[in-house]
Amino acid sequence: MIRTLLLSAAVAISAPIIALAQDVAIVNAKIWTGTDAGTLENATLYLSDGTVQGIGINYAAPSGTPTIDAGGNWVTPGIIAPFSRVGTVEVGAEDTTNDTSAGGSMFSVALRAVDGFNPAATSIAITRIEGVTHLGVAPANGSSMIAGQGFVTDTSGDASSVLDERAFVFIDLGETGAGLAGGSRPAAWAALRGAFADARGYPGRFMAHNEGDTLTRADAQAFGAAVRGQQLVLIAAHRASDLRLIMDLKIENPGLNLAIVGADEGWLVAEELAAADIPVIVDPFSNLPASFAQLGATSRNAERLIAAGVATAFAHLGDNGHQSRLVLQSAGNAVANGVEFDDAMAAMTTVPAAIFDLEGSGTLTRGSAANVVIWDGDPLEVSSAPTAIFIAGEAQSLETRQTKLRDRYLDLDRSEKPLAYPR
Amino acid sequence: MKIRLVMVGAAALGLAACGGNTGAVSDPSDRVEIDRNPFPSTYTPYPSQPTLIKDANVLDGVGGAWAQWDVLLVDGKIAEIGDDIAAPDGAIIIDSSDKWVTPGIIDNHSHLGVYPSPSVSAHGDGNEISAPVTAEVWAEHGVWPQDPGFPRALAGGVTSLQILPGSANLFGGRGVTLKNVPALTVQGMKFPNAPYTLKMACGENPKRVYGYGGGRFPGGAPYSRMGNVAGYRTAWVQATEYKRKWDKYADEGGDPPNRDLELDTLMGVLSGDILVHMHCYRADEMALIMDMSKEFGYTVSSFHHAVESYKIADKLAEYGVCSAMWADWWGFKMEAYDGVRENIPMVHQAGACAIVHSDSDIGIQRLNQEAGKALSDGRRAGIEISKAEAWAWLSANPAKSLGIFDQTGSLEVGKDADVVIWSGDPFSVYSQAERVFIDGALLYERGNPALTPVMDFELGQPGEGDLK
Repeated sequence: MIRTLLLSAAVAISAPIIALAQDVAIVNAKIWTGTDAGTLENATLYLSDGTVQGIGINYAAPSGTPTIDAGGNWVTPGIIAPFSRVGTVEVGAEDTTNDTSAGGSMFSVALRAVDGFNPAATSIAITRIEGVTHLGVAPANGSSMIAGQGFVTDTSGDASSVLDERAFVFIDLGETGAGLAGGSRPAAWAALRGAFADARGYPGRFMAHNEGDTLTRADAQAFGAAVRGQQLVLIAAHRASDLRLIMDLKIENPGLNLAIVGADEGWLVAEELAAADIPVIVDPFSNLPASFAQLGATSRNAERLIAAGVATAFAHLGDNGHQSRLVLQSAGNAVANGVEFDDAMAAMTTVPAAIFDLEGSGTLTRGSAANVVIWDGDPLEVSSAPTAIFIAGEAQSLETRQTKLRDRYLDLDRSEKPLAYPR
Repeated sequence: MKIRLVMVGAAALGLAACGGNTGAVSDPSDRVEIDRNPFPSTYTPYPSQPTLIKDANVLDGVGGAWAQWDVLLVDGKIAEIGDDIAAPDGAIIIDSSDKWVTPGIIDNHSHLGVYPSPSVSAHGDGNEISAPVTAEVWAEHGVWPQDPGFPRALAGGVTSLQILPGSANLFGGRGVTLKNVPALTVQGMKFPNAPYTLKMACGENPKRVYGYGGGRFPGGAPYSRMGNVAGYRTAWVQATEYKRKWDKYADEGGDPPNRDLELDTLMGVLSGDILVHMHCYRADEMALIMDMSKEFGYTVSSFHHAVESYKIADKLAEYGVCSAMWADWWGFKMEAYDGVRENIPMVHQAGACAIVHSDSDIGIQRLNQEAGKALSDGRRAGIEISKAEAWAWLSANPAKSLGIFDQTGSLEVGKDADVVIWSGDPFSVYSQAERVFIDGALLYERGNPALTPVMDFELGQPGEGDLK
């Protein structure tokens, strides 16, 4: 049944027109809802018109709806990898294929990562088939501590997959930012204050002086929404003292919409972060003093942040142009290091959905977006994999360039003809 | 004295240069010989008590698996494995009825110590990039024993590891195999009697660092994969000549040849004393390297990273070389573009030697999970491998690649008691190493501050002695 449905979906996907979401009922499912309803055993999920139209233990989808029997397996919302570069780089070391950063650009906030996004990048499908349906994609720092604007996309590979082209401004206020700002943290903070003034003074000060303290005209215009609290500002930093400065920034500018990525020493200021209502995106793998800003790094960071009430999302920050899919493994490790299973799931679903204001994502309840993964085991377990994936109700292909390479070489029979022929 | 020469006796030389030949041959006892071990290991096993691990799920690392099984450690060795072993007097008994026991993990590709944490500029001791051929440098001379990465790896069940120079050079220098015990000196960690190794590198890195590094380095070569191979062969030609001179000197006496540290290492490979570990991603390059090794009469022990081993796994099996692989790294450079998640099980299925390696201070902490990913991805592709067989990827096979399998890498009577007790199935993301023994000494116990190493660097810093 599953096979039939997926095959037809694959055909639809390969067609040049956008496939319509199909109605489908997933029965006999163990559904992690991401809501107060918790986890539902032996439940049914009904997807129609790209949304969840029904869910429950004693719920039945309309008769005649194509049905997938999940066989008692886990069904979860699509996983959100909140800090990624997937789709903006094909081969990391090949600059011509790598649009993550621009070391020679005169611009900063005006750089929109979405302009470098290729929904057909091989990393999109490779990430998707591990259960990741949505990505927060950040630009990387090139010439400026303000890297530019990041976006949120789904992993369908469709031309229309971007949900929010200008989801956030990404700024590094750690060692990287200090270096790019001239060589010190004071230089970075002076530049940031200058950038705030430029954006708030836009366009007036550019008429008077013809240039800003920190930003070009285009950057100042682009920064306007963020400094007015109308756009998320995502800041990278690890050291506790840096995190305190970021909290001070919010106290001075109460309307700002801030989140922090990294935060290896977040546990040292967890109570303050919770009080400041600043969410964090952490990498549960990070437990080494990789730099002097990360001396307090511990695998217990996530547990302590969550215990203090900090909204905590997870990301795999290593090679996040290709390996954002490992967020699930990192969440499993977080559980091994004290995080509750439900909190680990939330850190990849409801929490990032809230950070990016993605209404309807990250949960499975009536009205949710039909972003759904059916698993063959515990979703956090390294031995598990999705057996079916839906994005906005549309069944997704589980084939990638990697699975095609695998299938070509599974039996190394070169006796009839070279292996360049079978596919 | 610039060159260290050591007088040795004829017996130590092991060379038959006399006996019935012409009287012109001088007495071999007058020969000078190169000291092959000038920085000897000072490691000796730490004190241990007889320890009986009771009623555990045991994977012996060479394909054996038992439930409710016992493992007895005595005097730093595996003394007995079996059902219902009687505890010797004074033995510590560890009830492990819900635990799993395995040989300690051996990572044959680590840069701990040479690229330690924190990764500040002063700590970049892993690549002597001043020339494409630096076979004269030794990783052990760059290892900082205070790297906090060592105890993190210990907490991940790693009991031995090979520290390699980086892959900038065609010949990067000698690797060193360590017991993962905290020590003040690298000599205090060196695995006793482990053979030396030589790091070589294929592909993109050497040609990028030298040719595309702007010609800053002597010669400017290699610019291409052609230049890479020419560089290897030129060095092997020199090493062959150098070895001929030393062999002739051993046979006939006369003035000893001029000593050359670079060629010492390469000669060690040609003599079979030093094992070659070669960074090589692409299948076609591995095939060229195998041919080249035959040209010069040596054998590659292990291809590292080996992202495309699945394409020629049968050829690798035929040659008898190991592939040290990641579970799922791909795409960070062109030669890693064809990575697949089933590489490890596909190599195993072809009958070739498969190894899970880390090349990462993060990855080394969860190599068991990496094996778990590979195992399950293989099964989904129809490759049935048991957990017992798969553990060889983490212990027996890396031990073989390092030439230490006679001492460690499996739970077999008489071998070093390098043992991990896991909280549960070690292929699960939720399981952790609870106790780690090295030569029978309990050197890590999760949650016990008295058995959690804190490196000098971590003292007086945020998080000192914290759970890591």
